[in-house]
Amino acid sequence: MRIAVLSGKGGTGKTLVSVNLAAAAKAAFYIDCDVEEPNGHLFFKPENVREKEVTVAIPVVDEHQCNGCRRCVDFCRFNALAFVGGKVSVFEDICHSCGGCALVCPVNAISEKQRVVGMVRRGESGGVGVLGGIMNPGEASGMPLIKQLMRDSFASPGYLTFIDCPPGSGCLVMESIRDADYCVMVAEPTTFGASNLQSVYELVKLFGFPHGVVLNKCLDGENPSEQFCLDNGIEILGKIPFDKILGKITSEGQIAVRESEAYARLFGALLQTIIRDVRHETTVNPQRKRRYG
Amino acid sequence: MKQLLILSGKGGTGKTTVAAAFIRLSNAKAYADCDVDAPNLHLLMNRSGKAERSDYFGMPKAAVDAEKCVACGLCMQSCRFEAIEAGDVYRIDRFACEGCGVCALVCPAQAITMEPAKSGDLMLFRGDTVFSTAQLQMGSGNSGKLVSEVKKRLFSAAPGAPLAVLDGSPGIGCPVIASVSGTDMVLIVAEPSVSGISDMERILKTVRIFGTKAAVCVNKYDTNPAMTERIESFCIQNGLPFTGKIPFDPEAVTAVNRSLTIADIDCAAGRAVKAVYAKTMAILFEESGAAV
Repeated sequence: MRIAVLSGKGGTGKTLVSVNLAAAAKAAFYIDCDVEEPNGHLFFKPENVREKEVTVAIPVVDEHQCNGCRRCVDFCRFNALAFVGGKVSVFEDICHSCGGCALVCPVNAISEKQRVVGMVRRGESGGVGVLGGIMNPGEASGMPLIKQLMRDSFASPGYLTFIDCPPGSGCLVMESIRDADYCVMVAEPTTFGASNLQSVYELVKLFGFPHGVVLNKCLDGENPSEQFCLDNGIEILGKIPFDKILGKITSEGQIAVRESEAYARLFGALLQTIIRDVRHETTVNPQRKRRYG
Repeated sequence: MKQLLILSGKGGTGKTTVAAAFIRLSNAKAYADCDVDAPNLHLLMNRSGKAERSDYFGMPKAAVDAEKCVACGLCMQSCRFEAIEAGDVYRIDRFACEGCGVCALVCPAQAITMEPAKSGDLMLFRGDTVFSTAQLQMGSGNSGKLVSEVKKRLFSAAPGAPLAVLDGSPGIGCPVIASVSGTDMVLIVAEPSVSGISDMERILKTVRIFGTKAAVCVNKYDTNPAMTERIESFCIQNGLPFTGKIPFDPEAVTAVNRSLTIADIDCAAGRAVKAVYAKTMAILFEESGAAV
């Protein structure tokens, strides 16, 4: 059972919700797909951590073989190759690793080397398997890391798995939720929160993911995100209050369900609601097609 | 023109809240929302009048002509993005396709063409002040290219503006890199938490690669004063200017929900952001000695 937690807007509490749900489940997997700014490991402080570098293929041009035909330069749609001073230069950081340049080269002057873009880490924390990626600063895309995480996460199937997504509703989020059975959207009570909730809601709806919303940082008074859910008939899975104690626990990098009985109950109940929903959905809908599994 | 970019690494620390207040306080003649994935600045700027809209085309997408496809599978074997699904006729997953054109190159039946694909909307508000913003289509890539386009349109529509305020996006990837490129200064809005500090350090590493001037302020500082102190000492140790701290203020939430900036109302956060603004502007304009 794979549950993706996403939000559109940053800072609404994706990591709070996914970390605490995984901790409440006790035997579970937590995957941190926010490879640009990963935070899950700061909470879980995993032990027995194993690291693995993630690389992408980058072209290497053999100057002696190259006949200067420029077909590679013309082919590259990402402008990662240029013909300067009688030879081909490679701009490694904008290369998408498509391999097209090597294919078009008529004299086989292009081979590939591996370039490290970050790493994936796997550890354990109180029964929770903690998997996460971290992109090297200066890299443009975390996509290769997310793909690696997705492949690795299917190495131990059958587990209850929580996927902590990057912010936004772009390609990285798309890749993170692709094989999910259920999407939990986390929203905060502002017009910003409601506006970004709408974007992820459209994404989730377009791909037909079963879904529900957790309202976070709830204050007394108006809640534009709650209103959005009511207007669109979206299930509200639970509400987390704006609470200074929870804020303090979280800002110190601690896991609320492991520190507070009240929050253990809150997230325990939320977990049961979500599991019930997922079971219901998997009975109604046959197995979704997997990309990695 | 001096360009000030607001970033944070971590999401939800208050980039847009601070950027909108700065736009009000400076009366900036040029501003843009570079968070094309989840734009919100327009919600506080209340621009009346019609925006000039245009479609944004990112990379093209492959399309298979079902009549010509011989189902040989060469395209699928050659695609590095797992964007092609097998079948009687092969199909392209438009969300996974990065537009490289390798499939079209290898297809022996010339069944694949690269088609232009819209991947977002650009909006430009002209007038006394110019506002450039965009919305990336959901599930799309190429957000860095779209950010560059947002900035290009801002600068060409307001060439004489002395100051441009740019609201950035979370993270450290392509849209952030495209935002930082060419700006004079980055102000980091940090949050006093272990996550906030970790993310601040990573965005600063990224900004340093560009050699852009950076300063730090803390939002919601009183939610964890000890962490705020850690951020201040981090700045001192690393020679980074610290431009002040803004308290958590429920009035700020109310202001946002009424489409107001915190500088528009009399509140604790609004008073604090004025001090942050003054210090930031002093750093931004220090070399030229100019004042806003």
